[in-house]
Amino acid sequence: MPTLENTTQEVLTLAERHFKLAPGSLSPKDDFFKKLGIDSLQTLELLSRLENHFNIELPDYEVQGVSDFKTLAERIQSRL
Amino acid sequence: MLDLTKYSSIGVALKHALERFASETCLIESDREREKDRLTYAEFGKRALPLARAMQDAGFSATDRASIIMTNQSKWLISAYAIFYAGGVLVPLDYKLTPAEHWQLLQHSGAKVLITEYPIWRQLATSTGRGGATNLQTVLVTEAPPNAELSGARRWEEFCSESAAPKFAPRERKDLACIVYSSGTGGRPKGCMMTHENYLEQCIALTALYPFWPGVRYLSILPTNHAIDFMVGFFGPFTCGACVVHLRTLRPEFVREAFRKYKITYVSLVPLVLKNLQKGLQAKFDELPTGKRKVFDKLVAVNKALTRSHPRLWLSRRLLKQVHDAFGGELRAIIVGGAFTEPQTLQFFYNLGIPVANGYGLTEAGTAICVNDLRPFRADTVGKPLPGMEVKIVDPAADGVGEVWVRSKTVMSGYLNDRELTAETIVDGWLRTGDLGQFDAEGHLHLSGRKKNMIVTEEGKNIYPEDIESVFESLPLKEFCVFAANYVWPKRSMVGEQLILAIHLENNQKFTDVLRNEIAQRNSRLLNYKRVHGVVVFSEDFPRTASLKIKRNDLATRLAQLDRDQAILPL
Repeated sequence: MPTLENTTQEVLTLAERHFKLAPGSLSPKDDFFKKLGIDSLQTLELLSRLENHFNIELPDYEVQGVSDFKTLAERIQSRL
Repeated sequence: MLDLTKYSSIGVALKHALERFASETCLIESDREREKDRLTYAEFGKRALPLARAMQDAGFSATDRASIIMTNQSKWLISAYAIFYAGGVLVPLDYKLTPAEHWQLLQHSGAKVLITEYPIWRQLATSTGRGGATNLQTVLVTEAPPNAELSGARRWEEFCSESAAPKFAPRERKDLACIVYSSGTGGRPKGCMMTHENYLEQCIALTALYPFWPGVRYLSILPTNHAIDFMVGFFGPFTCGACVVHLRTLRPEFVREAFRKYKITYVSLVPLVLKNLQKGLQAKFDELPTGKRKVFDKLVAVNKALTRSHPRLWLSRRLLKQVHDAFGGELRAIIVGGAFTEPQTLQFFYNLGIPVANGYGLTEAGTAICVNDLRPFRADTVGKPLPGMEVKIVDPAADGVGEVWVRSKTVMSGYLNDRELTAETIVDGWLRTGDLGQFDAEGHLHLSGRKKNMIVTEEGKNIYPEDIESVFESLPLKEFCVFAANYVWPKRSMVGEQLILAIHLENNQKFTDVLRNEIAQRNSRLLNYKRVHGVVVFSEDFPRTASLKIKRNDLATRLAQLDRDQAILPL
């Protein structure tokens, strides 16, 4: 199983690709609403992409209130 | 549908609906591609009554209050019916609030019972604030894993009792049915006290324009605690024998699939989602090869011409079959609410033959005040007042725009535990909406701004400045106050509303990057839709009352003397 650090890095890389950002432009503590200027719908699209990548199901309620990549990676890690 | 003029309460109307439509499907719950639940009205009753009985056995009686904090799912509606059956008062809370906000409202509402989902309870149980809600006696959780720590809660499945039938508790029209929080978390809770009559009358008026019947399928996406979904995603369809579809996952791909799979008739959306839908469709149209695009544009033009006076669904579905098939082929209307929708978005859908039921309402007024009747469709207005609604424009300016006041049997009886705010809001039976507008010659209402210090986001969230101020407490400066920018600098607009933070620095203090970063950091603790957009540095002492409260109106008047564009420093 990958480490939390690996998972966090994969989440950041995927988010950078999804939103067409330069590699390394996101960090674990970034608030994705603020940093990416995205709304709740765009967040759901990102979650779908993450689910496909990690081959997991991430229920909507699990990510309710989550707004930074680090916490998001922790939620994913717990389901790997 | 049931003749609701003959009923005295939500509970008795639902009880009769369950008998009358016993074999019709009332609920479908789907999670991704899996259908989790499908209930007839008779089965719905069999699920709800054991809960009502168990609540009564646990000491819950008529007029007691019970709160629901759940995502949209079948147990939301089952719980609500059980509460009404037992004569209780429902306190529906937004599941998206923070645990601290939930506890504050649970305490304020005096709820004796809380029905929630395990993941929500897990957060609530470990947060501060629980100690204050001493009124709460029973907590029921759904979907708790087998070995989960329940922190004093009880499992829904084990709590329900089939020992005997519950006792139906009749209520009168003027009795309290629900306490609905229109906003006010973190600040002054605004708990709208809604009576059974409010809902019965609103349902009569709305279903006359947008009818439900057995076979109609309503896709419930807006949270059911919201006044719109409670009406058109529960009480309205249930009293007409229609079916409500819940999705446990609101990812766009599953929502799209649900339209096709369940052949949805109606759906309610907030403007933000509608706009995103428009963007997605427009992108698809733009990808069409030139030839196909020309044909498509011609078909849209023909549809537009033929539906000018009123919708012709059968015709639009044939002319623009692919578009309608993507929505399941049976969509009759998209109901949009919660915030102002831009006319071009409404027109976009109507041109495709998909009517958008655009309207205007407030929780305090019992959901909708005006709704577009589609005869003809008007994208530039919020429609005409619903039957039974008296609407007047008070103190109009030279251009005819004034404050919208409403009087109707659907208007709330007041704010819970707040006589002062109730007296300010309901004057001689008229509800002061705080919104600005005017009527045109056809009797349609045009909204053009707000008189009150608040904003409504595109996601349909009402944000009152005082509710978010606590996050800026103890900032290293002399004083601060949050405002809606359009309240300080009145603007004839209902879109793009923003909050600003007015600050007054200490003597010789400068607005440095360190302070700006501190404010930005505090701001980021707020949910994204509650954040302030910029800072206004004010160089004088804030006007205050004898008890040292900030005189917001006076301060706003003084801030208004600054140039808006120059004064607001973006964060």
